[in-house]
Amino acid sequence: MNRDKGMRKDFFFDPSNSPVVDKVGVEERVSRFQKRSIKKESKLQGLKMILNMIDLTTLEGKDTEGKVKQMCFKAKHLHDSYPGLPTVAAVCVYPSMVKTAKLAVRGSGVKVASVSTAFPSGQAPLEVKLTDTKFAVESGADEIDMVISRGRFLKGDYNFVYDEIAAIKNACGKARLKVILETGELVTLDDVRKASDIAIHAGADFIKTSTGKISPAATLQVTYTMLEAIRDYYDETGIMIGMKPAGGISNSKLALHNLVMVKEVLGSMWLSNEWFRFGASSLANDVLMQILKTETGIYQSGDYFSID
Amino acid sequence: MERLEVLKTYKIYIGGKFPRTESGRYYTPENKKGEQLGNICLASRKDVRNAVVAARKAFGGWAERSAFNRSQILYRIAEMLEGRKAQFIDELIFQGVSHKEANSEVEMSIDRLIYYAGWCDKINQVMGSVNPVSSSHFNFSVTEPTGVVGVVPDGSSSLIGLISLVAPVIASGNTCVVLSSEAMPLCSITFAEALATSDVPGGVVNILTGMRNEMLQPLATHMDVNAMAYAGNKTEEIKMLDESSALNLKRINKYQENWMNRDMQDLYFITDFCEVKTTWHPIENIGGATSNY
Repeated sequence: MNRDKGMRKDFFFDPSNSPVVDKVGVEERVSRFQKRSIKKESKLQGLKMILNMIDLTTLEGKDTEGKVKQMCFKAKHLHDSYPGLPTVAAVCVYPSMVKTAKLAVRGSGVKVASVSTAFPSGQAPLEVKLTDTKFAVESGADEIDMVISRGRFLKGDYNFVYDEIAAIKNACGKARLKVILETGELVTLDDVRKASDIAIHAGADFIKTSTGKISPAATLQVTYTMLEAIRDYYDETGIMIGMKPAGGISNSKLALHNLVMVKEVLGSMWLSNEWFRFGASSLANDVLMQILKTETGIYQSGDYFSID
Repeated sequence: MERLEVLKTYKIYIGGKFPRTESGRYYTPENKKGEQLGNICLASRKDVRNAVVAARKAFGGWAERSAFNRSQILYRIAEMLEGRKAQFIDELIFQGVSHKEANSEVEMSIDRLIYYAGWCDKINQVMGSVNPVSSSHFNFSVTEPTGVVGVVPDGSSSLIGLISLVAPVIASGNTCVVLSSEAMPLCSITFAEALATSDVPGGVVNILTGMRNEMLQPLATHMDVNAMAYAGNKTEEIKMLDESSALNLKRINKYQENWMNRDMQDLYFITDFCEVKTTWHPIENIGGATSNY
């Protein structure tokens, strides 16, 4: 469903009305998701779905055009010796690499996501963040991953955070906006919920847990809290918001637990890469190895898969 | 009041930790008198997988240790065994070995570790070479560890069979996953406890107890295992090993030795799990008449 830009229904949104999160309850609930028995066929289907939901990511100071091109090739050709595999959903890079990435994935259906707003700290004036975002969009980014100002949030300056997200959303144009809460710095689940509500109401198309630079990142507890915020917003308005856990999801088992959780909290509508993504760099190889293990019964070795 | 004896839980050894098997199962082997040896973990193929992951993770660090340091650590294992000598002897006797044999098996095991500890920093001096070539290259060969090794000792002994394979395998820098004797598993876990307190990094030796017919195949087919050490003469197992090794061209070494023979130890047990790397280094002819060296 399209969201009406600018004119929002919820003029009276007040973050202090965000529900308080029952931490013990969340932990109990989350531990249940980890105990589901997943049969072989469903597992195989789930693993392929995970591949198709990955935002293959490289966000390092040492990134070069060569590294980005190599990753884009991998995004299109995950493991050619095993036919019938999907591509990943998107590649995620710094704004300076968007042009290179866009060219490299041309024609493959793989999207290009760019981090922006002085990623990962977000410690820059709004003008700089807007310029950063516009540069990425003009370079061809399909999706923008912005970070919120955690310092201002923790100070209680919620209006500032809200306005900033709204301003960036405006600068995104057609690009979809993912809002990174950096939950590792928000610490409590109450704050995670509050930040989720602010981001959703301010215009986020996706909410995303972390930059991947800080630990803990996408824990199941945090993702669950954010999924609840998405569910409540959907129940209230009928508008779907996407979810992207990022950072620390490096094995198939954890990714499958995430899928189970999305299915049980939000329902099957969210089980596509339009509404759910994994931000990861080393997850793809583990999933590939699991797929081959499931098909052949033989445990695999990293020696026979491409380097991340 | 009479005191109740506290029985030891024998757990498997993976990545330097002592987890229970992920399967939650156990079995209860008995000695010849029909006494139960204990509730022993019945490890599954998933434990094999976890052990291989731990061994792979430990490989880089262990192989890069200086040979001298590996030597010190092997010696340290022997020291720890010496300290637990009485415990090993008791366990061997409990598992049906005579008092005299138990004593000599433990002593032999300790001496064998000392023997291989001595080899660690001499392997390349003996096996490495500078090769004569007909061009201006300094051409030399060195041995390097093969990688992750699956160790399958003959199940007829509890300790010496295991040590006689593990010591040469880790001496050169390999890491290993060891399948303990089905019928006599006690010493393998006590050995793991000695390893855990002897500076051997976690993951270098991983020890699993349970049924061989359940664990051998996943280990032998595992693409991340580079070699297998197999002691025994079971035709079916050997056939399966040979077939499975073809998947990733594992190196398979089979032994039918009597490990209680004091001479059943030499450098070639080490080099069975080494690869030779030859390097061509362009250089002026060192020995030539016009050489500046």
